[in-house]
Amino acid sequence: MLDLTPDEWNAVRLSIKVGLWAMAASLPFGIAIALLLARGKFWGKSLLNGVVHLPLILPPVVTGYLLLLSFGRRGPIGSFLDEYFGIVFSFRWTGAALACAVMGFPLMVRAIRLSIEAVDRRLEAAAGTLGASPLWVFLTVTLPLILPGIVAGMILSFAKAMGEFGATITFVSNIPGETQTLPSAIYTFTQVPGGDAGAMRLTLISIAISMAALVVSEMFARRIGQRLDIG
Amino acid sequence: MTLSVAVHHRLGALDLETSFESAGHLTALFGPSGSGKTSLINIIAGLIRPDAGRIVIGDRTLVDTANRRFVPAYRRRVGFVFQDARLFPHLTVRSNLRYGRWFTPQGERYAEFDRVVEMLGIGHLLGRRPALLSGGEKQRVAIGRALLASPRLLLMDEPLASLDDARKAEIMPYLERLRDETRIPIVYVSHSIAEVARLATDVVVMAEGKVAASGPTTEIMQRLDLLPPEEVGEGGAVLDMKVLRHDEGFGMTVLGAAAGEMRVPRVALPEGAVVRVRVRARDVMIATERPQGLSALNILPSRIVDIGKVNGAQVDLRLDCHGDMLVSRITRQSLETLQLTVGRDVFAVIKTVAFDRANLSPGAPLVLTS
Repeated sequence: MLDLTPDEWNAVRLSIKVGLWAMAASLPFGIAIALLLARGKFWGKSLLNGVVHLPLILPPVVTGYLLLLSFGRRGPIGSFLDEYFGIVFSFRWTGAALACAVMGFPLMVRAIRLSIEAVDRRLEAAAGTLGASPLWVFLTVTLPLILPGIVAGMILSFAKAMGEFGATITFVSNIPGETQTLPSAIYTFTQVPGGDAGAMRLTLISIAISMAALVVSEMFARRIGQRLDIG
Repeated sequence: MTLSVAVHHRLGALDLETSFESAGHLTALFGPSGSGKTSLINIIAGLIRPDAGRIVIGDRTLVDTANRRFVPAYRRRVGFVFQDARLFPHLTVRSNLRYGRWFTPQGERYAEFDRVVEMLGIGHLLGRRPALLSGGEKQRVAIGRALLASPRLLLMDEPLASLDDARKAEIMPYLERLRDETRIPIVYVSHSIAEVARLATDVVVMAEGKVAASGPTTEIMQRLDLLPPEEVGEGGAVLDMKVLRHDEGFGMTVLGAAAGEMRVPRVALPEGAVVRVRVRARDVMIATERPQGLSALNILPSRIVDIGKVNGAQVDLRLDCHGDMLVSRITRQSLETLQLTVGRDVFAVIKTVAFDRANLSPGAPLVLTS
């Protein structure tokens, strides 16, 4: 049944690679922004909150186009990164990862932020009286307690990346082997006569990967829950 | 080691303006809820930054707003036992206990793991998670966790308040061992007379953010006017007495002090040991002549030295029993009928069964030396 053509295998591999990179690269930023939004008191906090949530409410095509304008070869950020660091996003798989990371970012920040807000700050004060500096308090108390939220955020980000289509195709197009992720490949199949079987195969694979991600996250959540005696 | 606190802090409606000094082994901060006890202890711990003031422990200045000095909580080495144990839920009891040790400089770690675990009786809990402990067990682990950080000063914020009477009775002996077996000065917040009378060597009484009185426990406890209304019935004199002998036949112990001999229900302490006795004012009757044919066993000759302010139907008398002070609460009617006046010789009558576990406890050996 899984009689995939090389191009189809490429799409599967690329999708997973893009999803994992999008998830991993946005994680440190996700934790930092979530901390800032949950704990910080500064001018422009609601503005930052709005910007973070923008990809959730804008049409994906608009987000993709904005990425193209800013991170494209001629865009202000894109040209800077290309010139000084040799990092190119446009029409590369890295661009697909960037688009997926941006689209999944609000979901990740939200999950982590909620778990930070649920942390009992009195536990952190207790750690302080035991001699732990603020950094150690974060590493030994806050971080372990928000781990379930971090895992949830990572899974949401990965799942969003697996399904991301509009922003990706707008930003980096639909190039087999480079930027053609699963949704783009399914879309391509539906555009050609006789592509139904291929679309169905990739659809099933897509479902399988998403289910697997969900199962893994449930396992993680249960193990952490057992450790915290709350699950 | 002397703790000296003089702070000013505004917190909502409460205007904390406090200054006290204590060299006592266990200093109780005593007062009704809302009197500023908890704010004050949080300020000492560094969890609240006072508007102005100075806090000095021994030779170390923790806060001095005049010189812009403020040592953050994690550098103070001041242990804190919270009312709600606040154990780390993601760590085992063993890791909770070891947490503070990590951050203590090598040369300053005086607390020994095995000794603290043994003293608190928590050896069988080490592998468990905090969620599976009872309230009393949690609080004992919390005390151990604070001790094992080898603090210079230990603060306890009503550590028994959230526990039922059985759990309180379970922890009390551990607190007494803590007071008698370790050399760490302790500041203990409480609104319970029973706890303060039993544990404290010194008392600082707080009311509306100010210090109403401070001094040795035996002196402060006679001042019934300082007590919050809900605790007035529990108030009375606190005496440190010695076990003279046990009367096994009747199941009693005979205690002795300057006041004379006192018979109380059998206490499990050897002869010569110190017992702290809280004689509730309402348990002390007055007789103008030595009573005959009376079931009460303790009849102490004494002299009225002070007649307090009349409060409704009742009035408090202070009695001098050969140097020891007793307080007696009687009705205004009895005061008039018996024609009691200051300077009159009377007999204080106390039933043996007025004493129970709540007002008999092993006394602190340190108190006797003073």
